[in-house]
Parts: sequence; C-alpha cells; structure tokens
Amino acid sequence: MAKQEEHNGILRNLDWWTIVIYIALLGLGWMSVCGATYEFGQDVSLVSFSSRSGMQIIWIGTSLLLGALLLSIDERVYESFSYLIYGAFLLLLLATPFLARNVKGSMSWIDLGPLRVQPAEFAKFGTALCVARAMSMFELHLNRIRDLFIAAAIVVVPMVLIVMQKETGSALVYLSFFLMFYREGMSGSFLFVGVAAIFYFVVGIRFANAPLLDLPEVSMGKWVVFTAIWLFTTCMTYVYTRHRAPFWWMLGLGVFFTVSALLFAEYVLPFDVCWVQAAICAVCIISLLYLSLRERLTTYFYIAIFALGSIGFHYSVNYVVNDIMGDHQSKRIYVLLGIVDDPRGAGYNVNQACIAIGSGGLQGKGFLNGTQTKLKYVPEQETDFIFCTVGEEEGFVGCTTVLLLFLALILRLIHVAERQVYRFGRIYGYCVLSVFFFHVLVNVGMVLGMAPVIGIPLPFFSYGGSSLWGFTILLFILLRIDASRKRMKRRT
Amino acid sequence: MKEKNNIHFERRKYVLGGVATLVILIYIARLFALQLMSEDYKKNADSNAFLKRIQFPARGAITDRNGKLLVYNQPAYDIMIVMNEAEGIDTLDLCQSLGITKEWFDKRMSEIRDRKRNPGFSKYTQQIFMSQLSAEDFSSFQEKLFRFPGFYIQRRSIRQYNDEHAAHILGDVGEVGPKEIEADDYYQSGDYIGTQGVERSYEKQLRGVKGSEILLRDANGRIKGKYQNGKFDEAPVPGKNLTLSIDIELQALGERLMKGKLGSIVAIEPSTGEVLCLVSSPTYDPRLMVGRQRGKNHRQLSNDPMKPLLNRAISGRYPPGSTFKTSQGLTFLQEGIITPTGTRYPCSRGFRLGSLTVGCHGHPAPLPLVPAIATSCNGYFCWGLYHMMSNRQKYPTVQDAMTTWKDYMVSMGFGYPLGIDLPGENRGMIPNADYYDKNYKGSWNGVTIISIAIGQGEVCLTPLQIANLGATIANRGYFYTPHVVKEIQGEPLDTLYTTKRYTKVSPQNYEYIVEGMRHAVTGGTCRAANTSMYEVCGKTGTAQNRGHDHSAFMGFAPKDKPKIAVAVYVENGGFGAVFGVPIGALIMEQYINGKLSPESEAKAKAFENRSINYGTSSR
Repeated sequence: MAKQEEHNGILRNLDWWTIVIYIALLGLGWMSVCGATYEFGQDVSLVSFSSRSGMQIIWIGTSLLLGALLLSIDERVYESFSYLIYGAFLLLLLATPFLARNVKGSMSWIDLGPLRVQPAEFAKFGTALCVARAMSMFELHLNRIRDLFIAAAIVVVPMVLIVMQKETGSALVYLSFFLMFYREGMSGSFLFVGVAAIFYFVVGIRFANAPLLDLPEVSMGKWVVFTAIWLFTTCMTYVYTRHRAPFWWMLGLGVFFTVSALLFAEYVLPFDVCWVQAAICAVCIISLLYLSLRERLTTYFYIAIFALGSIGFHYSVNYVVNDIMGDHQSKRIYVLLGIVDDPRGAGYNVNQACIAIGSGGLQGKGFLNGTQTKLKYVPEQETDFIFCTVGEEEGFVGCTTVLLLFLALILRLIHVAERQVYRFGRIYGYCVLSVFFFHVLVNVGMVLGMAPVIGIPLPFFSYGGSSLWGFTILLFILLRIDASRKRMKRRT
Repeated sequence: MKEKNNIHFERRKYVLGGVATLVILIYIARLFALQLMSEDYKKNADSNAFLKRIQFPARGAITDRNGKLLVYNQPAYDIMIVMNEAEGIDTLDLCQSLGITKEWFDKRMSEIRDRKRNPGFSKYTQQIFMSQLSAEDFSSFQEKLFRFPGFYIQRRSIRQYNDEHAAHILGDVGEVGPKEIEADDYYQSGDYIGTQGVERSYEKQLRGVKGSEILLRDANGRIKGKYQNGKFDEAPVPGKNLTLSIDIELQALGERLMKGKLGSIVAIEPSTGEVLCLVSSPTYDPRLMVGRQRGKNHRQLSNDPMKPLLNRAISGRYPPGSTFKTSQGLTFLQEGIITPTGTRYPCSRGFRLGSLTVGCHGHPAPLPLVPAIATSCNGYFCWGLYHMMSNRQKYPTVQDAMTTWKDYMVSMGFGYPLGIDLPGENRGMIPNADYYDKNYKGSWNGVTIISIAIGQGEVCLTPLQIANLGATIANRGYFYTPHVVKEIQGEPLDTLYTTKRYTKVSPQNYEYIVEGMRHAVTGGTCRAANTSMYEVCGKTGTAQNRGHDHSAFMGFAPKDKPKIAVAVYVENGGFGAVFGVPIGALIMEQYINGKLSPESEAKAKAFENRSINYGTSSR
C-alpha cells in the first residue's frame, strides 16, 4: 500500500520535461545511426539485428528498461552505496588494462560474453555520486583550498586510471566536474586561469609568424599575448582588490605606452614593439610585488604570480611545440589551429566532416540520402563523427534542432539541480549536466572544426551500448533523486 | 555565513547557463556559415562521391558506294593498373608476359606516379599502364592475368581498315589536342577525334554522342554502385554510318596506275557530283595510322620528301595547261568574242604579235573552234583572249574585260575552294584585275597576260577543279559540288551537295566544246582514249613548268548521258598523251564496264611498273 503510494509519488514528481527531451534525442540519434551505417542498395532492414541500426534499437530498449529500473530504486541506496560504487569502479578501472583487448590502441574495452563494455563510461556516475556524497557529508567548501583539494582528488584518481588505458578523450571528460566545483564555490580564477592558458596557447602559436600591422618581424602572437597579460593583470587588480589607484595607473600608463609605441613604430622608426609590451608587463609585476609588501595584501602577490606564470607559460608552450614535440605531434597542433593545410593527412577527418555537414544545406539531403557518410568519407561516422550525418541528412534545420535540444536539456538540468533542497542532489545534478555539456562542447566543436579532435561520443547519438547506458544511468539517478526531493524535505 | 555564501554562489548558475547558451549559439553560427553561406562544400561533396563515367559510343562505320565495308571498329585492350593493389607482384614474370623490359616497366611506373604528367593519379583507381594491345597480345596476357593482382583490362575500340586504299579520303583518328578541347567542350583529354579525311569532316556524325553513368565512389576510390539506380545515366548514341561515293575498285585501280608517279586522278559522276575516285600519289596504307605504332609511322611519313600525307587531288595546285582551253572557248562564245563556226584564227606554229610568240605544233590553220579544241591550238585561244581583252566597245577598260573573264572562271568553280567534304582543299589561283594592276603597276593588256588563255601563267587549278570542269562540260553547263560522302545514315546530305550550280555559259555553247573534245578523241590529241565501247570526250594538257612538263588529261564518257568525268594529272609526265590519256581511258573503262578487258589489264600492268624519277629533293 505504502509502496504503491510511493510509486505514484515518484511518477507524479518525475521531471517529465527531461524525459521528453531524452526520448526526442534518442529518436533523432537512432535516425542518425541509421543514416551513418546504411549502405546504398542495402537489402537488410533497418530494424534487423544484423545491422547496426537494429542493434542500436536493442541499446535504446535496454536503456529505457534500465532507466525504469533506476527510478524504482530508493534514492537513499545511491547515496549510501556511493563510496562502494566508486571504490568498485576504481578497482575495475585499475584492472581494465589487464583484462582489456587492444582496440585501435585503446585498452579500455572489456569483453563480457557477447557484449563489449567500456568501464570508463560507467565510472562517471560512480565518481559523480562519490564526489556529491563526500562534499555533502563532510561539508566541503570549495573556496577553501584544502576542501577543493579533497574534492579534486576524487575526480582526478579515475581520470589518471583512464589515461593509463590510453583513453585520453574519456579521461578529459572528468575535467567537466570543475564546472560543478565552480558552482559549489571554487574560485572563478581557476577557470579563468584555464581559459587564459588556452587563449595564450592558441593565439601565441596561431599568430606567431603573422606580422603586426605592416611592421616586419613583429610577431602578432607575441604582441597580443603580452598585451593580454597586461590587460588580464590590470582587470584582476580591479576585481580582486578594493584599491582603485593601482588599477588606473596600470591601465593609463599601459594604454599610453602601447599606443605611443605603435604610432612611433608605424610612422617614425619601425622596431619590435613586443619589447614595449613586455616592459609594461614587467613594470606591472614589479609594482604589484611592491604593493603586496607595502599593503601587506597577498592578493597583489597572487596577481603578480599569475602574470609571471602567464609569461612563463607562453615561452614554454612555444618551446615545447617547436623544440620538444615530434614533427607528427606539432603538425597535428598546427593543423588544428589552421596554420597548416593538410586535407589528406592530419586534417582529413575534420575536412571531410566539414564537407559532409556543409553539403547538407538548409534542409539536408533527406533520411538515408547522405552520400558522404554512406561512402565512408567521414571516419568514425557512427560514433564520434555522428553529427556529420545529422548535418548532411537533416541540414541546418536538423542540426539546430539537435543543438537546441541539448541546450534545453542542460538548462533544464540546471533548473532541476537548483531546486534540490539537499546538497547531495544539487551536486550530483551539476555533475550530470557538466558531463553532458562537456561532451556536446567537445564533440560538436571537433566535428565543426572548432575544437581539437578528441574522441568522445555525442550523448544519445553515437552508436554503442556503453555510452548510451552510461548517460542513461547518469540521468535517471538524477531524475529519481529529483522525484523524491519533497520526501527528502519532509525527512529534513 | 554559509547561507550567504550559497546565495552568492547560486548566481553562478546564470554564468553556467549563459556559457552553455553562448557555446550553442556559436555552434549554430558556425553551422550557418558552413551550411548556408558556402556552396563549396556541396561541390566538394559531389566531386568526392560521384564519379561520372563516360560511356563511349561506337564510331560510325564507312562503306564504299557499293556497300563494301572500308572502315570499322575493332576492340583493342588497355592494360590498367591499380597501384596499391599491385604491390609485390613478380615484375620479371609480368615483363616477360607483356614482352617489355624491366627498364621500360620502371620508367612507366614512375611516369604514372608523376602527378605533373598524370594529374589524375590515385593509388586506388585504375591508371593506364599500356594502351591499345591487339587481340592476340591481349589473349596471351589474359591467361596469366590472375597472377598479377592490381592489373585490369579495359576494352576500347580502335579503327580498323579492310584494305590499303583511299587513305587520303578516309583519314584517321587521333587523340584530341588542347585546342580542340578548348573549342568544343564535348571533348575531354584522351578522347579520339577525326584528324584527316572524312573522319574529320564528318566527325560530328561519326562520333555519335557520349553517354554517362553516375557512379558512387567511396573514400578509397572503390565503386559502390550506380547513383539512384542509374536514374541520371545517359546511354551513348552510336555514331552514324557513312556511305562514300567512292568506288573502291576504281580507287584501287587509280592507285595502281599512279604507282611510281606523283600526281592524282579524280573521277566524278557528273549527274550527282559524287566523287568516284580521288587518288593522290604517293599514298600510304591507312592501317599504319592505327595502334601503338601510329606515332612512329606518322613521323616517318611526314618526313618523306615525296610528301605522301599531302592530298594532291585537292591540295595540290597545278597549271591546268590545255585542259583549260575548254573554259576559254566557252567564255569567248558566251561573250560573243567568237562565233562557233564563223571565227577562224590564224596559227602559224603559234600566236605571234609583235615580238611575242606563243608556240604551237603543226596543224592546218586558220581554223574554227571545234578543230582548235581537237588539235589543242594555242594560237586560237591566245587570239580569243587578246580580242576579248582589247574589245573596247564591249569593255570600257582592260580591267573590266578581266573582271568579266574572272567571273566566268569563278562560275566554273575555279579560284575558290569548291567545297568538297574533305579538309584541306586548296582554292587554286585565278588572277583578277587588281592582281595585275598590282604586279604590273597598272600597265598591262591582253598581250601581257596572254598565257592564261592556255592554262599557263598565273592560273592554277587543283586536280579536283579540273575534274569538275570535265563534269560541268559533261553536264553542259552545271555541276554539283563534288563530294565523297554519298549517304549519311539517317540524315540528309548538306544541301550544298544537292543543289545544281550553273556556270555563266549557256548549254548550247557547251555542245561545241563537247564536239571539240569528241574530235580530240576520234582524231586529235586524245586518240589513245578512243574505244568502240562508248563515246569518249577528252582534252589533253601539257603544262609547262620549271622542270619536265606535267602530263594532264580531262575527259568524260559516254558523250551523251555521261557516267564519269575524269581528270588525270601526272607531275613531270611529259605530253598529255603519254600518261594522262591512257590512264584516263583505263579509269573510264573500269568504271563504265566494271572491269578492264584483258588488253587494258595488260596496259594497266605496264603503267603500274612505269615510274618517273623525281630525284630525292623535297616535292
């Protein structure tokens, strides 16, 4: 009786919006797998189990069953067993390289009878449960370095184990937990440092040999990086301290010298203006160090360290890419950044992906009518590059629909996470949405030629049981937690 | 503190939501640029996936006027190679099977790989390794083909000739050059095109229309079937067959008779303008122009000082000599300069006026037109032209007289290309008033130009134009533009070849010339052509030139309802009666009777073996 009532309560409180989006994405995903694996003139039915589209139906069906099963398990089970689950996954990940067989250099797949599973896909929910449990139980506050360190350790351990399986892409997904950390109080400066590092890396290498204005032998990359370091430093001074005088001085003098140097070099005597920007940075750093001593304020010290680190990072990146990396690796970076055009070699995948998507036009070529994907021009088209099939067959309309569905899912999950009364639920919710966001960000970015080629699946689209089950588990545990939030309220 | 913190951090959900929204919007913008702003990706995708394979139509066959097959298609075989499949084969075995050396093999392989010479190179697709293998060479290789993975056979058709005759008329086919590709976008590199003869002039009819298949090609260059089950494929339309007006037996006899001599024979059916034979000597075997040896043979022929590739019958220009007198008699009659029987001109072994003398042979004089033609009197026609040019009642100036004369000549088909359906026709030379004004600075008269009256001086005709003059006389005043193609399968002939062209001379005036030519055969210069079988009309020509005289003959038979008009021109053959007349007589007999009598056959044998020594200088 009570059980029945509880069951009804779960169904009534279930977030049906998420379910609708989930089902819609599964449907579109199945169509894409059909398109990507169908061969012209194929006489095998799309639903036959000898075809990949037929197999995908099995994965989708079992995922739905799995979802229903997860909804019927008491949410307290997840919470109390979270350490156990996490520990079990760590052991499994540790053992995987020894049990796995080599699939294209990756040691992450384990054969279970007729099935082949990738533990890394499932370890995500274990890690999410564990980090949520630990943070809520020990009241970790991530604006404290020590607490952040503990939380980060829970995330980094499985990441390292996955790197050992030579699955760098899957390992990088764990970085998405830092988005949750940010929400839970981690200083934004960590994310900012990450973004700044990517900026220095891309701009510094991409424009290393591009001239600034029409000044010969002035590297635009270097100039922009130094100018950015000065501007970042100046802005950080504004944001993190209450003192306004140092900010105005750094800004005013910096602008004055930057503009004067450019005008002088342009109209009077050309010279390497990068030195002026370097000098501005140096003056800022010295001033900040002096201020930190005079005002006894460590913030100035940290900002100075950021600026120094930025300069060091810029030089070491150039050194690493040009002098330490092998030709093969540095070429991949050059191709990625668009410095080298190499449609037959390293740039082949992305180039073919752009051709496939670009040829779709507004409405696409129609279901099963894509030529680029059928004829195998796009590699990994039913897994990592599945978005090409959407682009080719469903066109701009289809792609936009899919992207907006993903956006809707992420925004809905933010809403779901935020309405949790209990911190465990909120943290877990943010873990889930961060993982989804990271997958979409990197996968679609890669296919569109805007992000590096990192082999991670597009949730609900890429062919395969492991990833689909993994995402389903992540999502449905959250839905169960969310559905019982009112009961939890009563409990607290 | 903690609660306050959480409220402070809760705002971060907007940051995260905003970042997610921003990223998705950036991706949508990128998709917009990829899918809607540029057509390049679409084109790239099509050139990726679609392989348009051309299907070549069979080229039309060519038969002679009696339906005898002259030119047809024969399969030849190209050996193709797919580089990435051909790794690790036994090269020595392959070289032995194909009869090539290891060096040739290595050289060929590097040629194929060289993208500068072979821009379409791909490891995964078929490349031509050896082309145009004959059926025998191919069949012995085919048995061993299984030993050489990556090697394939591609069938294509090449021209094949039944016999060695009529090379100049049939012409040949060769690979298209860059100019032809530019001029007509039907052609693509590697296609064949007619380069000479009817192969060239009827290229559009013979070639047919190429078809195409749209195939799907995967990333490795493998063909995965037809696009939309061949919905957009086009079947090739085979080329049209041609029936030539040439009688190949006659052509063969002509070529036999001209052996060892330079010159040509042209025979025309007067009632239709159909060319019955068009011999240019020396000639060559058209079979040399086919297959793997084509380039070498072509080089050899074009370096020959006797110029066997030149079609003398339509491209050679020669002084017509006395054959031209017929056209003069017609002009003077029509212009009223002479009357058929009333006008007698003196001839005391030639035309003498002041210090000028144009010599002639001994014959009774003075004489009227008919015997003047029969005896080929130089004096008569020189006087005629002199009187025409100096007739100031009829023509205010000598220029006017000259212009009138030129118009007559042009109406008879001289001075411009006749328009035969073969490439390379020469226009010959008919001088006009301007020409003389320029060359003699305005001071000239009938005497200055007198030699044109007897087909010497500036006048030049092609053998075709001489034969056409014969046909015009046979028709008593008109001709059809000579042509070598009698029928095109399923298409009418160009109206140029079915429209009568009248000269400026009325038919009754032609009767006197016919009479003169008949007399020339029965009792004049052409006695050797006389026969009891039919009435032959003829006119000799002995054209002076820097070397030994050229021997010419123009005639037709029978006199009434003529079946054949013929012109013979033998360079340096001496008197017209020596080579021209007897060769012309044999040609007429062969065509009218369908065969030669035993005596004639013996005569033909004798001519076949008579050659003229031309030395070794370039002709």
